[in-house]
Amino acid sequence: MSLRRYAARRLALGLVQVLAVVTVVFLLVQALPGDAAVALAGDNPDPKRIEQIRVAMGLDRPPLERFGDWVAGLARGDFGVSLISGRPVVEFLHDGLGPTLVLAALALVLLIPLSVLLGVLAALREGGPLDRAVTTVTVGLHSIPEFALAVVLIALFGVQLRWLPPTAVGADLLGQPAVLVLPLVVLVARPLCSISRLVRAGMIDALASDHVRHARRLGIGVTRVRFAHALPTALAPAVQQVARTTDWLLGGVIVVEAVFVIPGLGTILVDAVAGRDLPVVQGLAVVFAVTTVVVNLVADLLVFRLAPRSVAIA
Amino acid sequence: MHPLNRRGFLGLTAGLSIAALTGCGTQTPTSAASAPRDGGRLRAAFAGGGAKEVLDPHLANLFVEAARSKALYDKLADLGPDVSAQPRLAEKWEPDATLTRWRITLRQATFHDGRPVRAEDVLASYARILDPNRAFRAKSSLAVIDLANSRAVDERTVEFALQRPFVEFPNVLAAFGAYVVPAGTEDFTSPVGSGPFRFVSFEPGKSVLLKRHGEYWEGAPHLDELEFVIANEESARTNALLGGQVEYAHDLTPTTARGHEAGGRMAIHRAPNSAVQAFAMKLDRPPFDNRDLREALFLLADRPQLVESVLAGSGQVGNDLFGKGYQHYADDIPQRTRDLDRAKFLIRRAGAEGLTVKLDTSTAAAGMVEAATVFADQVKGSGLTIEVVTGNKDSYWSDTLKNGSLSSFRSGAMPIETHVAQRLLSGSGTNVTKWARPEFDALYDRAVSTVDAGRRDEVYREMQRSLHAEGGYLMWGFADWIVGAAPNVGGISTAPANTLDWARFDKVWLG
Repeated sequence: MSLRRYAARRLALGLVQVLAVVTVVFLLVQALPGDAAVALAGDNPDPKRIEQIRVAMGLDRPPLERFGDWVAGLARGDFGVSLISGRPVVEFLHDGLGPTLVLAALALVLLIPLSVLLGVLAALREGGPLDRAVTTVTVGLHSIPEFALAVVLIALFGVQLRWLPPTAVGADLLGQPAVLVLPLVVLVARPLCSISRLVRAGMIDALASDHVRHARRLGIGVTRVRFAHALPTALAPAVQQVARTTDWLLGGVIVVEAVFVIPGLGTILVDAVAGRDLPVVQGLAVVFAVTTVVVNLVADLLVFRLAPRSVAIA
Repeated sequence: MHPLNRRGFLGLTAGLSIAALTGCGTQTPTSAASAPRDGGRLRAAFAGGGAKEVLDPHLANLFVEAARSKALYDKLADLGPDVSAQPRLAEKWEPDATLTRWRITLRQATFHDGRPVRAEDVLASYARILDPNRAFRAKSSLAVIDLANSRAVDERTVEFALQRPFVEFPNVLAAFGAYVVPAGTEDFTSPVGSGPFRFVSFEPGKSVLLKRHGEYWEGAPHLDELEFVIANEESARTNALLGGQVEYAHDLTPTTARGHEAGGRMAIHRAPNSAVQAFAMKLDRPPFDNRDLREALFLLADRPQLVESVLAGSGQVGNDLFGKGYQHYADDIPQRTRDLDRAKFLIRRAGAEGLTVKLDTSTAAAGMVEAATVFADQVKGSGLTIEVVTGNKDSYWSDTLKNGSLSSFRSGAMPIETHVAQRLLSGSGTNVTKWARPEFDALYDRAVSTVDAGRRDEVYREMQRSLHAEGGYLMWGFADWIVGAAPNVGGISTAPANTLDWARFDKVWLG
């Protein structure tokens, strides 16, 4: 199959996936107890007032009609407006995307070279003290949840030693890079462990494979064999893990955003779900779904390039 | 403007409330006790609402919005330390003999753009809140106003016509969200008010920056700038304060307060009698339509234990009545204490032995789930069993209004009259306990049409005696409101949350 046909088929599938995700999200939020009017009324739940809020928000219209309007708007590139504040959903996405992208991009920039380096080093010293040390640390670190790690790091480096700011409250992320250090450490810690383990395993397999042995027999230099012949094969599974990590970075940084007070997409999602602010939740669902589809598409294409046979068979 | 008077006043009220209400020492930051100083930027961390946040003061719902509204705008009146209405933009108010026409004289105050605050602005603001097509929070409080027959007598005099005689009308002027905005304002992207701070910038869910309004009628604030930042997690607010990223952290837990009180890196300020903690029994359905069972629950609560374990000691025991320490509070009713034997007897008499009751609760407010669990434990061995059911926190208040028979309840400070009007009359919109008694409604009507303060107080006490004996609210404790501040921040008041001096930054200085 050609790369182009493969990409086209995957894109079409991706579009269907995005629509499905958005529909499911709509149904799930509908199924939650209470609606935006109830959430907004809070501790002053006078039924008359809730009814008025409901009418003012257009929540008295049938759900199917509201969903239809929203999808029709989406086709025109219109994400609608927040039920609660009346601000366009695009503004929410724009506001939240910045901090989350900064975090995700920096995490990836650190994560990929670090994990490849760690994995390759461990593989080349297989069974040695370095390999065993790396294995112990990565397996141990991987078992610590982000939340726990964040709390410990903040207590130690933020509050006790005062080396780094404990939160990013009111800070400009790029203007004061110090606030990014602890969140990035927390974000990178676990995927670093899983990806470097995959690289290590892939590298060991690749170094023992026929084509690497063949390349060695042909008298090609050790470095070239390792990095031009063995590494690409070793990276294929790691690339797919990186793709999954990217989804996680965009959607699952909620914990990190909450603990370090970084107002990104995760925070917006939590607030929007709590407020039953459907247009915002759906807008975020579109962004997350599209990102996931695109990232996985890119990963698959990369794997296709790195190891064509594995995709062709699938 | 009058730093000496102000400091004397604040010191006096703080001292009195600590001595009278807590009976135990609350530490005051020593370095900040020095004289007020002008200048600097104070950063205050609050929990926020993300999408929900607005700068429209009439839409304010969250604590951070209330605090920001207070900095940017004024109300005609606000609540003093005893939660009685105190004049603010209104210099004075005078009812006529029928209590249905109130003449209000405005202070000489200016909006941030230099325009004077006029009677017309007051009427336009109230008309906006009362708009039948909208649902502002203060609407039900203001509903007593007959706007069509109210008028501006001159630039600084408003005459309000009321639907009925109402001596507590100043409580309406102090209602949550009843702020005065310039007439015709609908766009709040760059808000203009008459409050002590003027608007600089707003990033929803992140920060609001304000600066000193030099011409504020009560005197310019000490601070040059005030920034509100959002940190939803309590631990994040604490860490930001400890890390020097903010100087004021709103709404801390008693555990945090205990942990950092002695460290010297954070000054803890407690505002007693800020939030009542309670269980609400519904009177219109079994099993609590039975008076004996209600009394049995009242007698089963071990209040000191609840205050110690749920509020970590940062509070006072309640006596099943709202508004401890507030104006009109019936402090002469003896304090209820636990009496297991009598409770057992009452449960037997009601034929309710072996009955299991569901107690609905949720994390919608701090401490509610913990209190429910502790209380369920205290009830064991009485014949009744309480089963704690944790519900959805986003729709909790609305759910508990309709469903179940026993639920957790919590409320912030408001005048006792307002509490009664909103929750205890037959026609009240948020009547959780379904307390509906014509004779009680009549007492309320009598109270709000009695001019003589002493006789009015007696009617309030009579209402509270009947609530204490037969009502559905088991109000077991009053939580302190806790804020943390950097040790160099001075002028933080200990008035209950939701009153004038709570989260009031024009009186605060950086030492």
